[in-house]
Amino acid sequence: MIEDPGVLTKALEALLVEKGLITSERIDELVKSYEEDIGPLRGAQVVARAWSDADYRKRLLEDGRSAVAEFGYIDPHGAELVAVENTEQVHNMVVCTLCSCYPWSVLGLPPAWYKSFAYRSRAVSEPRSVLEEFGLRLPETTEIRVWDSNSDIRYMVLPQRPSGTESMEEKQLAELVTRDSMIGVATIESSNLESA
Amino acid sequence: MSADIPSLPEDIGLPRDNGELLFEAPWEARAFGVAVALHEKGKFEWKAFSQALAAQIRRSELAGQSNPYYESWLAALRVVVTHDKMLTPGDIDIRSELLRHQDDHGHTHSH
Repeated sequence: MIEDPGVLTKALEALLVEKGLITSERIDELVKSYEEDIGPLRGAQVVARAWSDADYRKRLLEDGRSAVAEFGYIDPHGAELVAVENTEQVHNMVVCTLCSCYPWSVLGLPPAWYKSFAYRSRAVSEPRSVLEEFGLRLPETTEIRVWDSNSDIRYMVLPQRPSGTESMEEKQLAELVTRDSMIGVATIESSNLESA
Repeated sequence: MSADIPSLPEDIGLPRDNGELLFEAPWEARAFGVAVALHEKGKFEWKAFSQALAAQIRRSELAGQSNPYYESWLAALRVVVTHDKMLTPGDIDIRSELLRHQDDHGHTHSH
């Protein structure tokens, strides 16, 4: 489709910089911050706070965007953030069927598989099989809800707090929370507790 | 996870998110940064970019060839900057040609 993406990218950047619309320094900074600073650790802090503080949990579920802004995490596109809570009865998972919408402010940039045709096309039609391929086998009685992100609304999953963590502090709890559990393709039990 | 492939270069210091590279080539990072920087300056609505990206992805998938993600991203960026008259297709073609020419005469080729 694009003959030489490296050349086209250079051409676009050079022309836009010459027109004074952007600066190369700002591009450097943005790339660096998404590579180094903005990532799922943020979402993990939010989840750990929600597990530890019932009032925060309520605020997060009522208005995700404002609740994560308490940490200073702001969506660069001004999108809504909706946190959906996993329970014994309901498991939530997030997809963007059209492209790659994702809660950058709390999870950083999406993993490659999130952007793949296979995940985008199958998450809605056969979520249970997709989850099994991620190694997550849910009881038949668990309802699976799939949330399709778009440019206006981004979703994150509030995973269930694993049992046996009652005495843990917020900081320790945050270490248990994985990116995949906040996309809803894993639970904490299935992915992280034994290694923590 | 990679216990059975111990030769994986885990320690080469490239940005990884849960073990995955965020960008597979330097141009992908630049193309990402250009779009985010333009939006930040209020040069387009993110919704417009997002729709252009979805259209590019759908196009490549309908053609039965799932293009690398950042190729669709770059194609969407080109659509948005020309549609919003920030640049003309002619400007872009001329500059690309010039850069390709320089590249052909450069001393080192890493591919």
